[in-house]
Amino acid sequence: MQKVKIFSRFERFWHWTQMAIVILLTLTGFEIHGNYTIFGFEAAVRLHNAFAITFILLGIFTIFWLFVTGQYKNFIPTRRNFTKQIRYYTYGMFKGDAHPVKRTMSNKMNPLQRFTYFGLLILIFPVQTITGLLYMYYHYPQNPIDAGGLWIAVITHTMGAFLMVAFLIVHVYMTTTGHRITTDIKAMISGYEDEPEEETETKNQPA
Amino acid sequence: MNKSVQRLTTFLVVLVLPALVIFATVHFGNRRGKPEKFIYQNRADIEKKVDHSEFEILQQDFERPQDLTAACLSCHNKRDDELMASAHWRWERESELPNGRGTVSIGKKNLINNYCASAESNNGSCMRCHIGYGWKDKTFDFEDPTNLDCLVCHDNTNTYKKRKGGAGMPSTHENATAEFPVPDYNYIAQNVGKPLKENCGFCHFHGGGGNNVKHGDLEEAMLDCSREVDVHMAKAGQDMSCNDCHLTERHNITGRAYSVSSENNNRATCEHCHTSTPHNDKVIDLHNHKVACQTCHIPVYAKVNPTVMYWDWSVAGRTDENGNPITEYDVNHKYSYLSIKGRFVWDDHVKPEYFWFNGTADHYLYGDTISEIPVKINTLMGKYEESDAKIWPVKVHRGKQAYDVVTKEIVNVKVFAEKKGEGAFWEDLKWDTAIQLGMEYAGRYYSGQHDFVSTEMYWPLNHQVSPKEQTLKCIDCHTRSEEGRLANLAGFYLPGRDYAKGVDYTGFILIIISITGVVVHSLMRLFYKKG
Repeated sequence: MQKVKIFSRFERFWHWTQMAIVILLTLTGFEIHGNYTIFGFEAAVRLHNAFAITFILLGIFTIFWLFVTGQYKNFIPTRRNFTKQIRYYTYGMFKGDAHPVKRTMSNKMNPLQRFTYFGLLILIFPVQTITGLLYMYYHYPQNPIDAGGLWIAVITHTMGAFLMVAFLIVHVYMTTTGHRITTDIKAMISGYEDEPEEETETKNQPA
Repeated sequence: MNKSVQRLTTFLVVLVLPALVIFATVHFGNRRGKPEKFIYQNRADIEKKVDHSEFEILQQDFERPQDLTAACLSCHNKRDDELMASAHWRWERESELPNGRGTVSIGKKNLINNYCASAESNNGSCMRCHIGYGWKDKTFDFEDPTNLDCLVCHDNTNTYKKRKGGAGMPSTHENATAEFPVPDYNYIAQNVGKPLKENCGFCHFHGGGGNNVKHGDLEEAMLDCSREVDVHMAKAGQDMSCNDCHLTERHNITGRAYSVSSENNNRATCEHCHTSTPHNDKVIDLHNHKVACQTCHIPVYAKVNPTVMYWDWSVAGRTDENGNPITEYDVNHKYSYLSIKGRFVWDDHVKPEYFWFNGTADHYLYGDTISEIPVKINTLMGKYEESDAKIWPVKVHRGKQAYDVVTKEIVNVKVFAEKKGEGAFWEDLKWDTAIQLGMEYAGRYYSGQHDFVSTEMYWPLNHQVSPKEQTLKCIDCHTRSEEGRLANLAGFYLPGRDYAKGVDYTGFILIIISITGVVVHSLMRLFYKKG
């Protein structure tokens, strides 16, 4: 076993803050949607609006950070090892195969993660932000452009929310698919991952 | 050493800092602004500047009330011009109707209402609330300024009363009763002033044949009520009178009753004092784009005495075995059946119904044929898409009115006469004669065949504003419940109430698939590990 640094301090702060914000946005959002009562409608609206602003501020700072540090490269999708990764999750890991992609500071995500997070960053987050801002500030949807009411913004926002929940479920589960069940989550906390020794890895490599 | 620094850093970045961010967001995000308090200042000029008792002209012996008016006008000249141009005098005004129906001269004088069908042909009774003396028929002289009744609005002694059935005349020595004695004109004239609640209320509380029958949000109890009933008029509160809101300049009184009005102008508004952003809270203030103040701030009306919600003329005319009129009462001792008027349903603490309303209204006019049932006696215009339309609380008064089955028109009915045998329904209980006479007076054709049709009349609510603690809560509208205040108001997306079924079902299926995938995958991991 050896410890490899994967996540910097900012990334860990970003991740856990964003986790809390997204969970609270989800909880308050579906309350506003009328699915249940937790905070009370008024508090749900106020919190949802407030967390939306925090989310946007954090997002702006993170985009800045990603580009300044060059870490944005981690989110660029790649086809290399893409099918290998799928095969690992659907087949290899049951047999005890090792992860096909080794994680390092400069390559901290496997191709499936890159694909998913890229989608999250350039699709779900911006769509939720834009539709959310429309929801908050565009109170005359007939003027200057007739948007036919709030429907389009709201329906899109709802679809984004459902995708987000599905992501959360799968994402949390996927953290258990590391070397050990807690390897990944520990890495996101401490920044370091326990990498298996070289020889065990080569031994389990498929032929 | 190195390890503990690392642990501290970890503790900071994954727990303390995120927690701070969340805490700060909750702290600054989840609070409601403090509303701006508007303290009403009594206008300084409400103080009486003039002692009318010193005027010799008001000490003469007034034979007729018209002589008193002449005395008033001898000092207050030109006021008669203002009044005679007003709707309080003419009972009609030039109004542009919506739907391109053009400009017409309409008002209480010539509109159908949902009560006794029309004031026209029932002058003796209805014109008691005219600001004139004796508009008993078409011979009334609208050009004679001495026919103006100054006292009904300016009497500050609360002793001036117009006689019932007198077409606006007070009692004379010939017909005085204990309830309606001859007014003491000298006493009243020497104690005139700006209108009090009692003056306006004399007519505006009693429309439709009794206290609170018509409006539901205007009634006698408001002369001396608690803040719960009306924050503005409460004796213990601001104790405001009508024209503190219905600002008046040169006898032009602001305010619109859409039972007779059509245009979005000259209205008395909440914003006039409170501004359109009184809550000092963005989320709540933004509602004012689409929601009238009244919607949240008048959660119920008829808070003291009940109001008539339903009036069915079709069953009127029933008598007992001796041919005498019948009166039946409901559990609250309000009449539920009168031979002369039909069946009534009263209600108090009524939840309003809600409609989009842009400040303009259409009206059923003479000659309009019935095209939909229930017939809308007046129609509040507006829909979500219009920038000046807002959700408004409304009293909907439903009923059944007589109509001509051949021409498909709502008819005028002569209900009032001073005595039997003149064909009035209240006296003789004969529909055909009463309709015939009503239609004749209005100059309309009647085929001779009548039946009854369901009708609705819409009264936007403005009064009986509740204390802020009793306003509607978010959840009263933003709910999927059928009981939601706006459950039936269609045509727009209301958060908390509306959702797209397809999107939601697909979304929940997606979540179920995700969970299933996770479960299947982890079971397979478990299985292979054991195997």
